[in-house]
Amino acid sequence: MKAEFAHYKKEELMRMLTIMQTIRTFEEKAGMMYGLRKIGGFCHLYTGQEAVAAGAISSLDLSKDYVVTAYRDHGHALACGMDPKKAMAELFGKVTGCSHGKGGSMHLFDVEHHFFGGNGIVGAQIPVAAGVAFAQQYQGSDGVTLCFFGDGAFHQGAVHETFNLGKIWDLPIVFIIENNQWGMGTNWKKVSAVDDFSVTAGAYGMKGSSCNGLDVLDVRATIEKAVAEARLGRPSLVEARTYRYKGHSMSDPQKYRTREEIDEYRKRDAIQSFRSRLSEEKILSEEEWSALTQRINTQIEEAVAFAEESPEPALSELYTDIYA
Amino acid sequence: MAEMTYREALNRALDEEMARDDRVFLIGEEVGEYDGAYKVSRGLLSKYGPKRVRDTPISELGFTGLGVGAAIAGLRPVVEWMTHNFALLALDQVVNNAAKLRQMSGGQLSVPIVFRGPNGPAEFLAAQHSQALGSYWMHVPGLKVVAPATPADAYGLLKSAIRNDNPVVMLEAELMYAWKGEVSEQEFLVPIGKARIAREGVDVTLITYSKPIRVVEEAADRLAEKGVQAEVIDLRSLRPLDEETIVNSVRKTGRCVVVDEAWPLASPGATIAHLVDSRCFDVLDAPVELVSGEDVPMPYNHTLELAAQPSVEKVIAAVAKVLYREDV
Repeated sequence: MKAEFAHYKKEELMRMLTIMQTIRTFEEKAGMMYGLRKIGGFCHLYTGQEAVAAGAISSLDLSKDYVVTAYRDHGHALACGMDPKKAMAELFGKVTGCSHGKGGSMHLFDVEHHFFGGNGIVGAQIPVAAGVAFAQQYQGSDGVTLCFFGDGAFHQGAVHETFNLGKIWDLPIVFIIENNQWGMGTNWKKVSAVDDFSVTAGAYGMKGSSCNGLDVLDVRATIEKAVAEARLGRPSLVEARTYRYKGHSMSDPQKYRTREEIDEYRKRDAIQSFRSRLSEEKILSEEEWSALTQRINTQIEEAVAFAEESPEPALSELYTDIYA
Repeated sequence: MAEMTYREALNRALDEEMARDDRVFLIGEEVGEYDGAYKVSRGLLSKYGPKRVRDTPISELGFTGLGVGAAIAGLRPVVEWMTHNFALLALDQVVNNAAKLRQMSGGQLSVPIVFRGPNGPAEFLAAQHSQALGSYWMHVPGLKVVAPATPADAYGLLKSAIRNDNPVVMLEAELMYAWKGEVSEQEFLVPIGKARIAREGVDVTLITYSKPIRVVEEAADRLAEKGVQAEVIDLRSLRPLDEETIVNSVRKTGRCVVVDEAWPLASPGATIAHLVDSRCFDVLDAPVELVSGEDVPMPYNHTLELAAQPSVEKVIAAVAKVLYREDV
């Protein structure tokens, strides 16, 4: 057995596989539901990137750690343990959704599972995540905060202000760039001064590292190290190189990239390659995979049914949840 | 009662609230070792230490957003902006995050945070440092906005703001920090959303908030010499607005002048004038007048900058107009 597999119990490997497959199934169903106009507005799917959320978030102890992300947030929410029913109902705008139908796809929150959203302004979640880490440090917790953002967000001033604050105050935070290579329709290489984001960490006195965002175990191992450092008050930056299969949002015709490019990445699909490796290592049987996918399919079907059957918010909900 | 400055009143409120609640901390540029750009936080670093009195780099967007994150994670930050002009760099964090996180999370999160600092023109500071930006915050549902005009209200409203579970923006002013006033030695709170009748009168209602209160009070004194009894309302809070106090006063006087140092378009003053028009139309004896800042960027030259702001003369002229009298 290869070393990286031997490092984890089967249960843990299966947990990562389950998170990834749950996200994939949820997102494919969300895409269908968008096509049926059950979901409106901006809906940013996470398919292709599942290994990043699964590898990173599975390394946390969510009794004390927190996760903050941007608007492509379904995957992170599910990886933190959000009930798919609450997530799908939120996409449907129903009152049973995690945010009572007021947030929608971009604004999933699950305070119980320490998932703090769900932010629709590119880069705006990054100072907020540092504030969560600040509170952890202030309260004497040894918890850490994982702050996810994309290659597009990297060029916002908020990122660089926060890197500096994180370092000068030794905040327990890991900044994770999910470089899916396309900031909406703009290739990251066209707008970035560097061809490796992780090197910028050095400008702020932080450690920078990279991992293969299509390899869940590489993500897991890299983030585990970064989290251990963050618990000691050493923030760092991790770049996970990944790829999104779908458009920026559901309304994106994707004229900026070729079919061949997408197909090339699909051949390296994170879930299929992890599954194959688990099979080769005799950790996962065909029967187990089949049972797993069936169970997840059922779970997501139930989530859709729950969302369908749930009531719309009452008009009086317009005025609630604004002030505490 | 003790006489103290507006600055000292704010300092006392911060000190008492930090002593009362460990979750309260102060963060901003120069709040610690420098004792505050305007000395509002004098002595707090030595008393509470750098954990709770946190000097920041010049990163308004960063430290304002960090405050928001700390608030949703259980702390009660007081974010000092050196001025509201610089808070424009942090507008995104206030409007898109502080004001929205509770609603977007379906009530799961609360954002107990205070954003405070001087707002509006001082003297000789030119266009980028002399803006009255209350409308930027007043416009946004999810925020509360307070604008105390006396040391007692500065003390009582800051304490209320710190204890409030919502984001509260506080408008202070450079020139007000040295203003003196009586403040009870007993602890007290001033409720958010409640205006103060600064002077009772029957002939005309003058409505203002923050620094222009002194211009309005002087105008009221001069009007009294001419036999005009003006009622002066100091709003103290811009959001929520104390509509009842406004309406009750105008129902008594039938005439209203709103005095606001902000620019006239889409301003707090314009909103209040509209409110009085729509709720008091049946009792108004004249259209509501608005005395605002002139609709220009603030010039450096002192004569010009004074001409750009509400003055006693402008207020009296507006009162003469609503009274249809030329002899005031």
